[in-house]
Amino acid sequence: MTGDLLGWWGVPLAVLAGAIRVSTPFLFVSLGECITEKSGRINLGLEGTLVMGAMSGYAISYLTGSPWLGVLAAGCAGAVFGILHAAICSLPRVNDIAVGIALMLFGIGLAFFLGKPFIQPQAPNLPSIPFGNWSDNAQVRDSLRINALFLIGVVLAPLLLWAFRNTRWGLIVRTVGDSADAALALGYAINRVRMFSTAAGGFLAGIGGSFLSLSYPGSWSEGLSSGQGITAVALVIFARWNPMLCFWASLLFGGAAALGPALQSVGITSGYYLFNAAPYALTLLIMILTCSRDRTLAGAPGELGVTR
Amino acid sequence: MEASPLKVDDASAHWQDILRSGAEAVAVPLLAILAALVVFGIFVTLAGVNPFDTYQLMYAGAFGSWFSWQNTLTRAAPLILTALCCALPAQLGMVVIGGEGALVLGGLAAAAIAATMPDAAPLVVQIAMIIAAMIAGAAWIALAGGLRHWRGVNETISSLLLVYIAIAVFNHLVEGALRDPASLNKPSTPHIGDANMLTAIPGTDIHWGLAYGVIACVLAYILIYRTTFGFGMRVAGGNVKAARMVGLPVGKLVLVACGLAGACAGLAGMVEVAAVHGKANASLVVGYGYTGILVAFLARHNPLAIIPVAILLGGIGASGGLLQRRLGLPDATVLVLQGMIFIAILTSEVLYGRIPWLKRRPA
Repeated sequence: MTGDLLGWWGVPLAVLAGAIRVSTPFLFVSLGECITEKSGRINLGLEGTLVMGAMSGYAISYLTGSPWLGVLAAGCAGAVFGILHAAICSLPRVNDIAVGIALMLFGIGLAFFLGKPFIQPQAPNLPSIPFGNWSDNAQVRDSLRINALFLIGVVLAPLLLWAFRNTRWGLIVRTVGDSADAALALGYAINRVRMFSTAAGGFLAGIGGSFLSLSYPGSWSEGLSSGQGITAVALVIFARWNPMLCFWASLLFGGAAALGPALQSVGITSGYYLFNAAPYALTLLIMILTCSRDRTLAGAPGELGVTR
Repeated sequence: MEASPLKVDDASAHWQDILRSGAEAVAVPLLAILAALVVFGIFVTLAGVNPFDTYQLMYAGAFGSWFSWQNTLTRAAPLILTALCCALPAQLGMVVIGGEGALVLGGLAAAAIAATMPDAAPLVVQIAMIIAAMIAGAAWIALAGGLRHWRGVNETISSLLLVYIAIAVFNHLVEGALRDPASLNKPSTPHIGDANMLTAIPGTDIHWGLAYGVIACVLAYILIYRTTFGFGMRVAGGNVKAARMVGLPVGKLVLVACGLAGACAGLAGMVEVAAVHGKANASLVVGYGYTGILVAFLARHNPLAIIPVAILLGGIGASGGLLQRRLGLPDATVLVLQGMIFIAILTSEVLYGRIPWLKRRPA
């Protein structure tokens, strides 16, 4: 183990590794929210969905011994929350942002309630693929242990982009999101399309949550997600509702989130808490730079309340 | 044949309408809460607990005795103030959910200013703490308002992001520059001093923070419904384009409303520091800001309705410990109930104007 101490070179390496490791929940939640927002609705409840997914994924993984069943359960729990959001929002005069806040609080409360017995036991985690085994440097090997879920996300992003552009379903979702009137005229059931889109969004957000409890940090606790879900929702605006940009933005945010721990590992501990705020500050900064009062954002779905 | 509209006594019809909408404003939320209680009852039954025992205990823990009433009212004080943080911008049609951040920074500012004036008279310290807390909170939420106005950044998302930034700043300062070296396991700012603590209302254990909250609600009510400024807020909340066209200073309305909102939440932080903890530490970050959002929505953003709703939710919160001790339910039980109430309230929006016996007859 000659190169165990990479010293300062460890920082960019740790940030890169952190970007890959931490970005997965951002990636899944933002891809999910991308689908939902493309259909013209915003679901702020994904923070609650993320926590709920983390809890149910961990619980099922513990009870069945299979982490992949846990991922599936997390996705289903997320889909149920998405359907709930869509069903309430389809009622007249109900504000989707407010329902999102309500579901965020409810999801977090429910996850803490049901997840209480699972704080102590250890559930089997998701497997990682060791891409770094060519190196005899432990730090490099450790950094390149990439989780399978991340790779699924990597495939999912371009797939979604392609689907939005080239499939009938993608076109329907975009039409409903851009102009409900046009979609009505074409004979599409707007509420049903939004129901599917929000359910799909919830499914992906739930999977993103299961990554938190089943891979990194890899156990269930009540402090598991502090705003990653909501950051991912904001990230979709930054990514201009483009799934591929969601992927790059997630990497950027993952890297920002990994900066604090990376610096701490080389002995810089002052400002540790401020570095913890880096992803949130970065999101806010990017929103400030990219939003504008006077023009609609390029690529924004026309029916989306949040940009009007 | 129906009565001709000409024969209707206009004055009496007007009063009937007010009565009807008043009855509706009470009946619809009550129905929603009832529905939430039924669903919650099913939920605890599934968790293996008798729902009637649960409700009985909740009542006992919240309103069953003078002791529990005092506990409830003490918890209601910060909720009233954080609810105003959501309700004031709501007049302008804004959904601000970042009260928690303003509360945390307000509490920190109050504790910090008290530490700089060890020899001042308690009254002076108190006033300094109030001012510092309100300025800190006001700046935080006005930032979200300003970003909305100048840059079109959605205030719901920005105010929530600001919560996490506020908590990071809070931790940074409490662990660093403002830390009392004597606080070992749980970093805190120095104690503000017993003489500087907010006292209890005579004859009770309830601190004066409750009075601050009630006064703030009354002032907010007057501001919204009895001043030109408030009228402007409501016009802009109804239709921003119309407000701009008649020349209302929308930017100023947004900034002032958000500033006042943040000042209220900051004051809530001061109340918690000065009346409960005596110092700023992690005990401040317990979610009063988020429960305040629920209170504001339940009260339909009416400052006077906030008071009873905050007491109701303060009671639910106060009963949480009892549920944990007696029935072995997790402490998140009250969060689940609060979430159910919130969802039911938003869903009940649909009922307004649709309850048959409260329906306005066609004239």
